[in-house]
Amino acid sequence: MRIGSLTAALAGSAALWAGAAFATGLEVTHWWTSGGEAAAVAEFAEAFDATGNEWVDAAIAGSGSTARPIMISRITGGDPMAATQFNHGRQAEELVEAGLMRDLTELAAAEGWADVVAAPALLESCTLDGRIYCVPVNIHSWQWMWLSNKAFEEAGVAVPASWEELVAAAPKLREAGKIPLAVGGEPWQQSGVFNVLMNALGGKELTLKVYDDKDAEVAAGPEVAKIFEALVQAREMSQGGNVKSWNEATNLVITDQAGAQIMGDWAQGEFQVAGEVAGVDYTCLPGLGDNAIISADGDAFYFPLLDDEEKAKAQETLASVMFNAETQVAFNLKKGSLPIRKDVDLDAANDCMKKGLAILAAGNTIKSTDSMITPDTTTQTNELFTQFFADPDMTAADAQARFAEIIASAD
Amino acid sequence: MPSERPSQLLRNLSAKLASVPMILTAVVVFLGGTIWTIVHSFTNSKLLPRLNFVGLDQYERLWSNDRWLVSIENLAIYGVLSLIFSLAIGFLLATLLDQKIRFEDTFRTIFLYPFALSFIVTGLVWQWLLNPDFGVQSVIRRLGFEGFVFDPLYDADIVIYGVLIAGLWQGTGLVMCLMLAGLRGIDEDIWKAARIDGIPTWKTYLFVVIPMMRPVFITTLVIIAAGIVKLYDLVVAQTGGGPGIASEVPAKYVYDMMFLAQNLGQGFAASTMMLLSVAVILIPWAYLEFGGRRRV
Repeated sequence: MRIGSLTAALAGSAALWAGAAFATGLEVTHWWTSGGEAAAVAEFAEAFDATGNEWVDAAIAGSGSTARPIMISRITGGDPMAATQFNHGRQAEELVEAGLMRDLTELAAAEGWADVVAAPALLESCTLDGRIYCVPVNIHSWQWMWLSNKAFEEAGVAVPASWEELVAAAPKLREAGKIPLAVGGEPWQQSGVFNVLMNALGGKELTLKVYDDKDAEVAAGPEVAKIFEALVQAREMSQGGNVKSWNEATNLVITDQAGAQIMGDWAQGEFQVAGEVAGVDYTCLPGLGDNAIISADGDAFYFPLLDDEEKAKAQETLASVMFNAETQVAFNLKKGSLPIRKDVDLDAANDCMKKGLAILAAGNTIKSTDSMITPDTTTQTNELFTQFFADPDMTAADAQARFAEIIASAD
Repeated sequence: MPSERPSQLLRNLSAKLASVPMILTAVVVFLGGTIWTIVHSFTNSKLLPRLNFVGLDQYERLWSNDRWLVSIENLAIYGVLSLIFSLAIGFLLATLLDQKIRFEDTFRTIFLYPFALSFIVTGLVWQWLLNPDFGVQSVIRRLGFEGFVFDPLYDADIVIYGVLIAGLWQGTGLVMCLMLAGLRGIDEDIWKAARIDGIPTWKTYLFVVIPMMRPVFITTLVIIAAGIVKLYDLVVAQTGGGPGIASEVPAKYVYDMMFLAQNLGQGFAASTMMLLSVAVILIPWAYLEFGGRRRV
């Protein structure tokens, strides 16, 4: 896996050079470099090349937190790419406000995006002052737990159906020499675990009070204290993992060295690439099995304003290709995410994706954390949770007090 | 003689004209950029710079932030130790090479080679070497020492030393080369004189040669110090600042705040503090070094 990410990094930088060398075509930046992700993005590239244009891939290896600073500094520094990935929410808010992004409202109206989009929230996250500035390409949700069936079999316990059962099974897994919960060492993964625990164990209302209303009293209250206690259990269960990136952690589950991982549905692509079958080799629990709720997070593409007329036209073509029903299916099947259109045929979807679609259809969705708090606040919570996971001496009460402070100062 | 002054100003006119672009760059880009940054550090600029002044808020937040304090502490530890060790090891290697040994070129190349690698590559290599599951620890365990523990990158208390090892491995070769050049610059007659006086070799090095190598030491010091302050890519590649925030450094804080947290004001406040700390060290030194000479 480590070697894999290195090659990806090399490939990424090579692509960047290619982008500089050939002026034709559109340079597209994104951070999809793991096996499943790269396979998915190739679908976009193929579909776009088929329109007679050229997709110049400029993947930036690492996670979004490595890639976004590079993208933003290129846009604000006057060297914009033709299209770039962001998570919709507040990440690109100021870039749009500053008028650096192409307005896609007319294209969206002409193609009737609003009529076919799976959840209105998807387009709303792309909208500022009534204008649409991005193309949502998939629905991702954070609230999943991935479990290795074989790991539990070897430990002699049944595959858990909830967070509590996993906690109960942890000692047995330890005895069998397995890590109960794989958590990668990057801050965003660690705060992701907390947010999912809050969504699943605390529920929708609590999450909204804390993150949307920024109610510091609730954040310091007994309900959130329970989440921090669960987080202490997560920290204990993750000891001994020694992995950094999320796909390394997923790999621990795939190779049955770890029992479970809390990670968004993008992890599913990794299982697929490894040839594992949902329900047989691995189990997925939306909302940790406690509370079937998912967020309509996701990725979107933004198109920076370019002077070149031809490129501007190609940008619209690309936006249209990405929203296209066929590309949506091909892309999302590989990516392991849900398509943003409700009029597409997903017979090929596997068990986990069908579970997600059912929850989406039932409307058990929650706003993504990204769309409620600013990147600044996110960075602060990331710092807190990465410290918490690295330092077993930090108590739940200490961490909660600091969490409440961050929420109090959030805007 | 006041009548000579104008001619002083016009002397080497072409050289002075030629340096005008550099002077302009220094003033406009460096000085102008610095002032702009300092001014904006008093604003609440988010992703884009705005002149919305909030007083010292950014500095208050900075100095109450755990991560910033850890960063400063790490930089101090890394700075002091890397200064001492790279000078000591570099000088030692240089004196050893200076003993007119065989295959000197080969050794010099081997020692200098790590310097040809970027910090990113160095960081990745040492991340693997220090990984307990397949690095040094696992090799020694496979040799039969089951209880052997060596995982600096996963222990918050010592992670900065893990970074230091990689930094020294990369940078010591250059220090060695500079020192070797300095040693070769010492006149052979000095050595002969010392030998005639019966001074032991180590004493000659310590009390005669080192003081004579003062300019080389100053150059080396500046190069090492600059490397310390801008320490960033090594940490990013090797630990990503982890575990937790245990190996964070100020330059990484600045970058993360500016581009990741989209909080320019906070990033500018941090970079202003970095500039201030450099200035606090640099100005007295420059005064002593250059101001003193003028008085002579």
